[in-house]
Amino acid sequence: MTALRLGLRQVRYEAVAFVRNPAAAFFTFVFPLIFLVIFNLLFGNQELVLPGGTTNVSTFYVPAIAALSVINACYTGLAMSMSVSRDLGLLKRLRGTPLPAASFLLGRVLFMTVVALALVAIVTLFGALFYGVDIPTNTLPAFVISLAIGAAAFSLLGLAITTFIPNADAAPAVVNASILPLLFISDVFIRIEDDGPGWLGFVGDLFPVKHLSLALQTAFNPFETGSGFEPAHLGIIALWGLVGALIAARRFSWEPRV
Amino acid sequence: MTIAPDRAIEVTGLRKRYGDFEAVRGIDFHVDRAEVFALLGPNGAGKTTTVEILEGHRDRDGGTVNVLGYDPHSGGSRFRERIGIVLQSTGVEPYLTVEETLRQFRGFYPHPRPLDEILEVVGLTAQRATRVRRLSGGQQRRLDVAVGLAGDPDLLFLDEPTTGFDPAARRQAWELVHNLKALGKTVLLTTHYMDEAQQLADRLAIIVAGSIVAEGTPAELMSRDHLSTIEFKQTPAATALIAGVSGEVALGDGLVSVRTSEPTRALAMIAGRAEERGIELEDLSVTRATLEDVYLQLAADPATTPADLAAPAAGAAS
Repeated sequence: MTALRLGLRQVRYEAVAFVRNPAAAFFTFVFPLIFLVIFNLLFGNQELVLPGGTTNVSTFYVPAIAALSVINACYTGLAMSMSVSRDLGLLKRLRGTPLPAASFLLGRVLFMTVVALALVAIVTLFGALFYGVDIPTNTLPAFVISLAIGAAAFSLLGLAITTFIPNADAAPAVVNASILPLLFISDVFIRIEDDGPGWLGFVGDLFPVKHLSLALQTAFNPFETGSGFEPAHLGIIALWGLVGALIAARRFSWEPRV
Repeated sequence: MTIAPDRAIEVTGLRKRYGDFEAVRGIDFHVDRAEVFALLGPNGAGKTTTVEILEGHRDRDGGTVNVLGYDPHSGGSRFRERIGIVLQSTGVEPYLTVEETLRQFRGFYPHPRPLDEILEVVGLTAQRATRVRRLSGGQQRRLDVAVGLAGDPDLLFLDEPTTGFDPAARRQAWELVHNLKALGKTVLLTTHYMDEAQQLADRLAIIVAGSIVAEGTPAELMSRDHLSTIEFKQTPAATALIAGVSGEVALGDGLVSVRTSEPTRALAMIAGRAEERGIELEDLSVTRATLEDVYLQLAADPATTPADLAAPAAGAAS
């Protein structure tokens, strides 16, 4: 199918443009590693005895950072790059060519998903090498599929938030304001059950970030006996993805906002 | 939708409003194949709105639009395969090279133009490996045109191709439009520069406040106004020479100026008296109306409507 082929072709140009900006590319990839190091410095890397065996606490940092990586690339990264492209007039220009809109969006979302998966792979390997992280084997398919569902949903939410960003200069503020508070109440940086008031946990439950974090925790648990899939969490993430798709489809603009 | 084989664009009764503001107020024009047609007008006259409707970027509120046999609003990919659009803003990925950018855009079209040919037409062969963000302003604009040519379109839209250019870059851009014409492309360009329209266009329409106030070849538009202007330096003695000369007299900027339909008689009268009285007319000049005069006259008057203009046009023709 031509639209699909054109979409895949776009991924290559997205990738070339990305690596041509080395500072941005470098820090994108270093970002999750910084978190792994900081978590270790702040919270330590104690040995944990769990039903089924022992591992290091870092094994549980990795899925949290994986959730962060997916959100960072697919939500934050996509929203920022879409606002820049919209301001540049790139979106409008593409709209005047025969390239189907779906192909362009597919290309960019796929590229961001590839970035997210690469970030997760890097942080996982780095953890395994330096912090005694155990990489699951039985639940690896569940881990990868959960990541993919998260990437798709957060990409759609990234497109949705783009419609609320007036211009590229405002993008970091709008995007961070919408996501940073959620990251703090969604078991990504800290466990809210241990430290915060109960209602904060409830608020976290409403949004998709916590569900992604929890789904990945289960799928990355080396002592998980089941398949590692969390259908309830993944269902809520998918529902949010649908909400994002509806908002984006209704409000998306190819022209710079004036 | 069909269109005559010699026509590229047909517009009838086109209207567009934004809220209470009527940006385009029922305009009609057509563009022939292989013709360079200019929409000329001041900022905010409705040029860009009109062009964006023809490109399919914007919907219209009324009228019919036929571009290459398609309604741009519903023409879809089939329509967009046959046109090239050069917008006012650049809109390409700054980190890709010239060649990569063109390869990317060529890939969207079924019958793209050969890469080397495009580079040659726009004069970017030497910059093919340069990243877009390192190009000069003029080179970026030429890349815009190159991207517009990627699909080897039958019709190219150029929206204000030289706004913000220095004189040398403008000359190069004009050269480029001549190259496009040589390729047999139909070009619809918008501009607010009179000299640009005069240089480039086979035909042009002047659009003011959403209406077309004049249309024709540059020569036709200039001949609307048969008046010539006689000017010379203003001194008390020189000013006294114009008594009884038929024409419209204006004093200002240190010049005496007489606009007249009988320049020979007027000049003979003035010069005869000057010689009698031993006065030298400094800075003497006789000029016929330029397209710029016609344009400024039309564009400056906010009350200008096609009805107002019908009268002088008819007078000039008789």
